[in-house]
Amino acid sequence: MKRNSVLELGVGVFMLAGILGLVFLGLRVSGLGVSGPSDTYTLTANFANIGGLRPQAKVTMSGVRVGKVTDISLDPQWFDARVTMEIDDAYEGKLSGDTTAAILTSGLLGEQYIGLTVGGSPDMLEDGDVIHDTQQALVLEELIQQFVSNMAN
Amino acid sequence: MDDPVMVEVRDLHFARGATEIFRGVDLRIPLGKITAIMGPSGTGKTTLLKLIGGQLVPDRGQVLIDGQDVHQLSRRSLFRLRRRMGMLFQSGALFSDLDVFENVAFPLRVHTDLPNPMIRDIVLMKLQAVGLRGARHLMPSELSGGMARRVALARAVALDPDLVLYDEPFVGQDPISMGVLVQLIKKVNQALGLTAIIVSHDIKETLSIADYVYIIADGKVMSHGTPKTLDVNDDAHVRQFVHGEPDGPVPFHYPAPDFYEDILAPAGQFS
Amino acid sequence: MIDRIAQLGRATLDMLSAVGRAGLFLLQSIVCLPSREGLYLWVRQMHFVGVMSVAIVLVSGLFIGMVLALQGFTILVDFGADEALGQMVSLSLVRELAPVVAALLFAGRAGSALTAEIGLMKATEQLTSMEMIGVDPLRRIVAPRLWAGFVSLPILTVIFAVVGIWGGYLVGVDWLGVYEGSYWSNMQDSVDFVDDVLNGMVKSLVFGLVVTWIAVFQGYDLVPTSEGISRATTRTVVYASLAVLGLDFVLTALMFGDLG
Repeated sequence: MKRNSVLELGVGVFMLAGILGLVFLGLRVSGLGVSGPSDTYTLTANFANIGGLRPQAKVTMSGVRVGKVTDISLDPQWFDARVTMEIDDAYEGKLSGDTTAAILTSGLLGEQYIGLTVGGSPDMLEDGDVIHDTQQALVLEELIQQFVSNMAN
Repeated sequence: MDDPVMVEVRDLHFARGATEIFRGVDLRIPLGKITAIMGPSGTGKTTLLKLIGGQLVPDRGQVLIDGQDVHQLSRRSLFRLRRRMGMLFQSGALFSDLDVFENVAFPLRVHTDLPNPMIRDIVLMKLQAVGLRGARHLMPSELSGGMARRVALARAVALDPDLVLYDEPFVGQDPISMGVLVQLIKKVNQALGLTAIIVSHDIKETLSIADYVYIIADGKVMSHGTPKTLDVNDDAHVRQFVHGEPDGPVPFHYPAPDFYEDILAPAGQFS
Repeated sequence: MIDRIAQLGRATLDMLSAVGRAGLFLLQSIVCLPSREGLYLWVRQMHFVGVMSVAIVLVSGLFIGMVLALQGFTILVDFGADEALGQMVSLSLVRELAPVVAALLFAGRAGSALTAEIGLMKATEQLTSMEMIGVDPLRRIVAPRLWAGFVSLPILTVIFAVVGIWGGYLVGVDWLGVYEGSYWSNMQDSVDFVDDVLNGMVKSLVFGLVVTWIAVFQGYDLVPTSEGISRATTRTVVYASLAVLGLDFVLTALMFGDLG
């Protein structure tokens, strides 16, 4: 059987394009970092209501992305939402113990994310620590309800 | 005839849908000879070759090649048996994605472990025999019908088979390539000492090279013999076929109602 | 009336036997040991089935991405959520449009060609002569084509998605002025590699198998006349497109529908 090297090269390039495309979809589109889990540390926070927060949502500080939400579950003890976050290693031991976490919304109807604000306490948050001071999500229906009942009064 | 038998067909029955094509055909193909199977078109001659090659299964009866019942063989042994058979198809059936050289080399490559230089030698020998060594780099689409059939012949004998089946080798050929093919089939047969079955309705050409002839019509063997004894046979079917009479036991008209009534059918009753 | 019922029964039986034949056909041809020769035949088919379809996939992917960005922007901007454009473009491409549209294009471009090619081989007795030479056409002709289709469609789908996302970027960021950072970061926040990208890939694997299977079987099973070939080619495109759209719904329901 005669071989055609141009044809073989074409198929090779084609398959390579497929693999590179998949890598692009992985890194650039789904934001899979090359960095492993060793480069982050974990914090948890309990919220009375998380609204529309989803895993993969970003965690920011002053608007800068510092990590992401990895898991959301119901705390069986207090019946509130326990949110687990992975925060970039660079900030380990640099966030004060009284840091507050708030669920914010980008734009009026945009997606929800967590914003962290540092306090002034001298002791710092380490891997596995819990953020106690939290602010629940603004739920539009509740706001409207409040507004309506205020009007009625 | 007392020659040793290569292929024996016993009491072959085959029907396609409701049409019975064969109703008890018996053939004995002698070893090392050219046997012609002739008959008007539509009598299922190609079907007969497919039955012999094991591509179709008969409703009843047997086909024995070299003593082996073709239709009782496993798929594997059937493919092994087919390595000893070559078949020349009506259309040539060259593989359209391979050039002439590769077409002839194909059976060698799949069935032997010969090194490339040896395959080249064999292919060139076969192409030389059919006079197309110079055309080895052409693609099948660039060949004329006659050339394609010669390449197909070279491919059919590439493995030096014991049995070659020719399906209508002369159909649609101009007189020159017809003469070339007749000579080639004769020459290949003598040179390789193989058994050949030619299915054809070209009387003159076929009778000129056949050692033995079977005439099939109406699902049965109507007559058989050597080309010399055949002409004097006075069976109506044979006479009509050999002399090319338009009407006879094989009717000119497709079955139809009476012509007179058909013509005078009242308007609105056309069918 | 009885006649009608008999007809219906016969049609059903015919259909069942065709499905059975197609299943056996798939089994017989896909189960074969790889060999050097087979690998080379496969590479050749990858070229005809895959590489030759790249151009059409590139162009359509680009345009679909651009249209998505344009349409999405006009809707999202009403809610002041135009930075969610990346999310919209990428999710609709990766989950839905890339696998489905690439499969439809593939059925039209490669599927019909496969049917016609194999049908012509059958009509010119090439398949029969191959059998007479003692080579199984299922292995020699059909298997490399099936595998080539199975492998190329996911690759084409990836190319489609990447080009589409880039097309969305061109329109959204360069033309409509969505902030570049939010185009990508929004996308990264919402697209999950396993749930979205890999599920899309699973879809395109299934489509690749089904489309090529239909195409090759239609070619192998057709009536070897010129009319038969043209009908089989049409059937390939129609059946393959319907199968892709139907299966897409089923797969989407299984993957994203939380039915479990």
